[in-house]
Amino acid sequence: MEDAAISVQGLDHFFGIGEARKQAIWDINLDIERGKLTILMGPSGSGKTTLLTLMGCLRDVQHGSVRLLGTQTHGASEAQLVGLRRKLGFIFQAHNLHESLSATQNVLMGLQVHGKGDPILQRNAAHHMLRLLGLGDRLDYLPHSLSGGQKQRVAVARALVSNPDVVFADEPTAALDKDSGRTVVEMLKALGQSRGVTTVMVTHDNRILELADRIITLEEGRIVNDVSQNPQPL
Amino acid sequence: MKYLLTLLFGRLPIGWLQLVHSKTRFAAAIAGVAFAALLVFMQLGIMGAMNQSTMAPYSFFKADIMISPQDSNMLSDGGNVARARLFQALSVSGVADGAALFIGRTDFTLEDGSTSSLQTFGIDTGKADFLSADIGNQIQGLQAENTALIDIDTNGVPPEVFAGLAAGHPFSFEVFGKTLAAVGTLKLGGSFFTDGTIFISDQTFLRIFPSRSSGAPNRILITVEDGISADVVAARLAAVLPAGSVKVQTIPETIAADRKYQNTVRPTGIIFGFGVLIGIIVGIVIVYQVLSTDVADHLSEYATFKAMGYSQSFFLGIVFEEALVLAVFGFIPGLIVSLGLYFGMSIATGLPIEMDLGRVVMVFFGTLAACAISGAIATRRLAGADPADLF
Repeated sequence: MEDAAISVQGLDHFFGIGEARKQAIWDINLDIERGKLTILMGPSGSGKTTLLTLMGCLRDVQHGSVRLLGTQTHGASEAQLVGLRRKLGFIFQAHNLHESLSATQNVLMGLQVHGKGDPILQRNAAHHMLRLLGLGDRLDYLPHSLSGGQKQRVAVARALVSNPDVVFADEPTAALDKDSGRTVVEMLKALGQSRGVTTVMVTHDNRILELADRIITLEEGRIVNDVSQNPQPL
Repeated sequence: MKYLLTLLFGRLPIGWLQLVHSKTRFAAAIAGVAFAALLVFMQLGIMGAMNQSTMAPYSFFKADIMISPQDSNMLSDGGNVARARLFQALSVSGVADGAALFIGRTDFTLEDGSTSSLQTFGIDTGKADFLSADIGNQIQGLQAENTALIDIDTNGVPPEVFAGLAAGHPFSFEVFGKTLAAVGTLKLGGSFFTDGTIFISDQTFLRIFPSRSSGAPNRILITVEDGISADVVAARLAAVLPAGSVKVQTIPETIAADRKYQNTVRPTGIIFGFGVLIGIIVGIVIVYQVLSTDVADHLSEYATFKAMGYSQSFFLGIVFEEALVLAVFGFIPGLIVSLGLYFGMSIATGLPIEMDLGRVVMVFFGTLAACAISGAIATRRLAGADPADLF
């Protein structure tokens, strides 16, 4: 599939060195379509987060090929990786917001990576994004005074504010209760869909599987199941 | 501050926000940087005092060349120069005039029995031309027997002792059992060797030091004729005078040699030199600890930024911003406390421990550089790491 957002071929990955060296990913071949929500699931230790970080330039590829948005990431220069990362959005299990920055400032960090720009336009864009996520009354709160769901929504806003091509989410609902978890993923999906964003999400949260276009299951570093489905409409 | 930094860096002042987010840690970091600056200031202050007090006595004399005994290292040591060398020197072409200078050390005994040591210069009262204007103007008064110009900044002598003197009342004091009447004043203060200075006539000098002879002064001062350089005349003198017993140096050379001796040969100078070095090293270690701890504490946040596509120069920018803030905020209290300690130390010792602008600027940029380099080293951990390993 030539226009796949991500194309993985013959991917192996090892952790540790010498005697302790252990293979975590075994010969993965995978194409991820543009504009869809793909979920990676599997038991803990199955390699799903490793696969996600390899696809998202967060970890160097050791063996095999990962083409992300048409660029081979194996052996790419630091400058190429930086350029590529700017086309991505990330949402992490722990929201990873900067504790010293307000909600708006955290979202601004997602914009300023692209250069200086007009501060007022940037601020408006950040506020708009936060309002879309229902945080209009929390714009200047520091992370420690936000609830877990609110923090994760700020992280979603930060990931989406610069209109990324691909969003990677690593168990974004793990730290959240059922309702706020679902809300966050629904918002992520809604905003992603309206902007044509490709989303890859690692989760073992069964409550959100029905929102996915495709579910890939890993076990012990191998793909054991790959199902495309018609997602439940929002 | 926040807006200033926003303008300066053209982005959110993350370094600043990060620092002020945790007030206690910010205070501790500032205290650390302030202490580092203080440490360096103190060592430089003591070293500076030594150099300044070494050079200060030379400012009393207005000559071009000094003939010193071969074994002398500084103004107050060494043996004698035969007065015959003065007459020899006067016959050398280019020499305008010469004067013999007697140097000794006396003890000023106060009424309460305590003593202050005095660097004592004895000179022919007819040689006012060889003295700075201030001393030269008063030297005629020394023609009377047992008179002196006394240092009103003499360390260990309460200022009220000299209070009457300023009002024109006679003041006499005792040195080596002889009573001297003060007919004038000078201001110098203590050095690492003496507490103060007096000027007396050569005749009075020989009375106070009966073992000294008029034929053997300690130094000979030479002035050169207009239009000829001191270096040329010094070379001519060196050719005439016996190199085994005297050395001929221009005054700047004499001062430089004295200073070099104080700094590199005498134990005090070497100790202070090491003090400065240790101060700088300890200062750098403190600053490095402060900044590397800060970077380590924010590593996962930086890793997130790295994942978002921020490059290494962005993290360096944050750390430089922090370095700038810490350098400015730490330097100011460090400077203020140093000024207080300088003042206290100069009162206690009578030494000229003073701040000069060059030192302030040097220590500030040193602090800034130490902060910036420490921060840059601390961010290197981030450069090679995969963001995924840092969360």
